[in-house]
Amino acid sequence: MPVKDRVEMRKLPVEKRIRSFEEVALGYTEEEAIQEAKRCLQCPPRPCVQGCPVGIEIPRFIKKIAEGDFLSAYKIIKERNAIPAITGRVCPQEHQCEGVCVLNKLKKPTAIGALERFVADWALKEGVAKELAEKEIANRPSNGNIKVAVVGSGPAGITVAADLAKLGYEVTMFEALHKPGGVLMYGIPEFRLPKRIVEYEIDYLRRLGVDIETNVLIGRTYTIKDLLEDGYKAVFLGTGAGTPKFPGIPGETLVNIYSANEFLTRVNLMKAYLFPQYDTPIKIGKRVAVIGGGNVAMDAARTAVRLGAEEVYILYRRTEEEMPARREEVINAKEEGVKFQLLTQPIRFIGNKDDILTGIECIRMQLGEPDATGRRKPIPVPGSEFIFEADTAIIAIGAHPNPLIARTTPEIKVDEEGRVITDSELRTSMKRVYAAGDIVLGEATVIEAMGTGRRASQTIHRDISEGRI
Amino acid sequence: MVRQLFRLNEIVEKKELAPRIKEIKVYNPRIAAKARAGQFVIVKVGEEGERIPLTIADWDREKGLITIVFQEVGVSTYKLGRLGVGDVITDVVGPLGNPSEIEKFGTVVCVGGGVGIAAIYPMAKELKKAGNRVISIIGARNKDLLIYEEEMRRVSDELRITTDDGSKGRKGFVSDELRDLLNSGLKVDRVIAVGPAIMMKTCADVTRPFNVKTIVSLNSLMLCGMGMCGACRVEVGGKTRFVCVDGPDFDAHQVNFDVLIKRLNAYKAEEQLALKRFLEVKA
Ligand SMILES: Cc1cc2nc3c(=O)[nH]c(=O)nc-3n(C[C@H](O)[C@H](O)[C@H](O)COP(=O)(O)OP(=O)(O)OC[C@H]3O[C@@H](n4cnc5c(N)ncnc54)[C@H](O)[C@@H]3O)c2cc1C
Ligand SMILES: Cc1cc2nc3c(=O)[nH]c(=O)nc-3n(C[C@H](O)[C@H](O)[C@H](O)COP(=O)(O)OP(=O)(O)OC[C@H]3O[C@@H](n4cnc5c(N)ncnc54)[C@H](O)[C@@H]3O)c2cc1C
Ligand code: SF4
Ligand code: SF4
Ligand code: FES
Repeated sequence: MPVKDRVEMRKLPVEKRIRSFEEVALGYTEEEAIQEAKRCLQCPPRPCVQGCPVGIEIPRFIKKIAEGDFLSAYKIIKERNAIPAITGRVCPQEHQCEGVCVLNKLKKPTAIGALERFVADWALKEGVAKELAEKEIANRPSNGNIKVAVVGSGPAGITVAADLAKLGYEVTMFEALHKPGGVLMYGIPEFRLPKRIVEYEIDYLRRLGVDIETNVLIGRTYTIKDLLEDGYKAVFLGTGAGTPKFPGIPGETLVNIYSANEFLTRVNLMKAYLFPQYDTPIKIGKRVAVIGGGNVAMDAARTAVRLGAEEVYILYRRTEEEMPARREEVINAKEEGVKFQLLTQPIRFIGNKDDILTGIECIRMQLGEPDATGRRKPIPVPGSEFIFEADTAIIAIGAHPNPLIARTTPEIKVDEEGRVITDSELRTSMKRVYAAGDIVLGEATVIEAMGTGRRASQTIHRDISEGRI
Repeated sequence: MVRQLFRLNEIVEKKELAPRIKEIKVYNPRIAAKARAGQFVIVKVGEEGERIPLTIADWDREKGLITIVFQEVGVSTYKLGRLGVGDVITDVVGPLGNPSEIEKFGTVVCVGGGVGIAAIYPMAKELKKAGNRVISIIGARNKDLLIYEEEMRRVSDELRITTDDGSKGRKGFVSDELRDLLNSGLKVDRVIAVGPAIMMKTCADVTRPFNVKTIVSLNSLMLCGMGMCGACRVEVGGKTRFVCVDGPDFDAHQVNFDVLIKRLNAYKAEEQLALKRFLEVKA
């Protein structure tokens, strides 16, 4: 029997997308979900489960969807994943669960992400998520008022705070920015991840009794030592990899060159697209060059389109094949009119007399031998320099861990990239201090932040209840 | 038991120091407990507000108060200026940035221009406490705009004043007074200058031939204040540095001030539009 085609999610029409921040992917109807679920072969080796960083029982939940039992499907997902409405939307499924699905042989893997999202959205809409959450809140054990501090409110921090609160700990979460949520709030745009979903998770934390203190920068407002001396039994670090890299080429301080973090934070967190109703301004030129090929680059490019840029280009030094961005977002970007200048490496930014960006000198690249990561290494083509005109540039070539905690807490050991070193159970080199998410992994993914966060919360609980700390 | 007298970020005192220059004391014990000379806070007024950096001019650890002195130049500082005693500032985070280097250097000249005087005040105070001979030079456009004169006098061994129009002290710029001081042959071990970018640039030029170590506190545009956006980046010693986490104090002779000044003007048109709109709506 021939395998049916994937049921693709409906999307907002392009004309509507490029003028609004409304969510692009619209999700499945119940019928579509059941139809897609029935495509899963329920194959006994279940490679998809290994492909998921948190090992969700994928065929089991899909089977329940096929049977129309969405509640059971939701419960199965929740066993392993605290935030399915988020991961269903943002996981790079083609590198994870879907990438190893046996149906890949026919290039038609089961749409696991879309199904996960469907179930999570269904649970939110039907109030089931809330009902189950209320039960958890009501059944919270008491744990003798043991206080735990969670630093950072991204997916890692959210997971640890929820896990420990459910176990009865008194959790305080500290966030440096004025709104909790980490990258989910300030980085990933509304059109990919509606903020009401993130707010739901934050609200759930509050109802679990987590005390969320914004505007507290750990390392400055309080040090880790302060927290440990202030009665917190353990401190969890989920501070992410938020410090943007700059290419280190001439002209990078010119006006109208943004890091993607600055650009996206202005728009997402500060609502600069509503300037001057909101006070934070943003400049968007006619011709925007986004440098990089990951999710962050796609988000910046698609945001620039929505802010009214006439032409938006992605400048990437390899080919589309090597792009780390989610496949779906590359397609969305193209549909929305983003153009790709591949095998292109910027070497210098050029400005006018007022230091305002006018162009980027670039060099063409060609692909050489595969490097350590298995991707073919780009090498410059001599004499191929050319000027790429642009009045706005957005740099999205990666980020590294924020150095503040390491600088202010020498007891916590970091590697040469600035990542916090932990043992296999997420303990740092400082007693009673644990870490997970991007601060440990480097730039990773939401689900890995959630997964390592869960392991860290288990370690914290074990260390406390077995009297090790 | 200590009764909590105020709400977090409540303004408990407010004074107009000069036209458009205000001083507020804000209740935030966690910042007051940690604040050190050279550090700043980021404040945001209202849901629609912008995040702006302001120096911590003084603090009272016991009462849990921090002092902020600001000049109303645009929407955000105007909004802050409209808040009165009893109002709560929506968001205040800090203390941010590295504390200034405070040691016994010998003779230190503290140069403050405009609202920069309030920023240099805690530095002068701590330097004096550390046993330095502190000579301060403060200046403003005219005598009505000169702030913190008494405060500066208290923490300085010697205080010199300049005004652009000569209405008080020497007629001229703080940098002119600095040049004369260095020319007089006095041995100066360190100069610290805080004020408008152009003033700091001129001071750097003045001290360079004398080979006196000179520190400036840079006032770049900022967004996050914690090293995650790069909005505040400047060029120091040919390298890109973030003012909020690598600074705000830098070696003046290494700073590319032209980059700083041009980046400060990045949003000029937007700022004017926003201010005009704000003043119209509120009028
Ligand atoms: C634009 C963008 C798009 C992305 N798209 C995807 C995607 O599609 N799919 C995917 O899986 N992943 C994506 N990622 C990566 C993913 O968002 C991260 O891997 C994940 O958010 C890491 O989670 P975290 O909890 O470790 O840290 P973060 O989400 O970075 O949160 C860290 C939090 O800690 C706070 N903090 C930092 N230092 C301190 C301190 N000293 N004191 C107090 N608080 C502090 C920060 O303000 C922040 O809120 C994207 C990242 C970006 C930037
Ligand atoms: C570390 C640091 C400490 C600071 N401390 C103080 C302080 O103690 N008191 C104080 O009054 N100001 C201080 N500033 C400057 C202050 O942040 C700005 O004045 C404020 O952001 C202006 O916001 P606005 O919306 O009111 O004006 P905007 O509308 O943003 O600007 C109005 C005008 O002010 C100029 N301007 C804007 N930002 C700055 C800036 N950062 N520096 C100089 N000129 C600027 C603009 O070019 C424009 O002409 C500090 C800045 C930094 C980086
Ligand atoms: S969490 Fe992510 S990787 Fe795991 S099953 Fe869901 S979409 Fe796939
Ligand atoms: S690998 Fe694919 S087909 Fe097999 S169980 Fe997993 S999702 Fe179903
Ligand atoms: S203000 Fe964001 S990095 Fe300095």
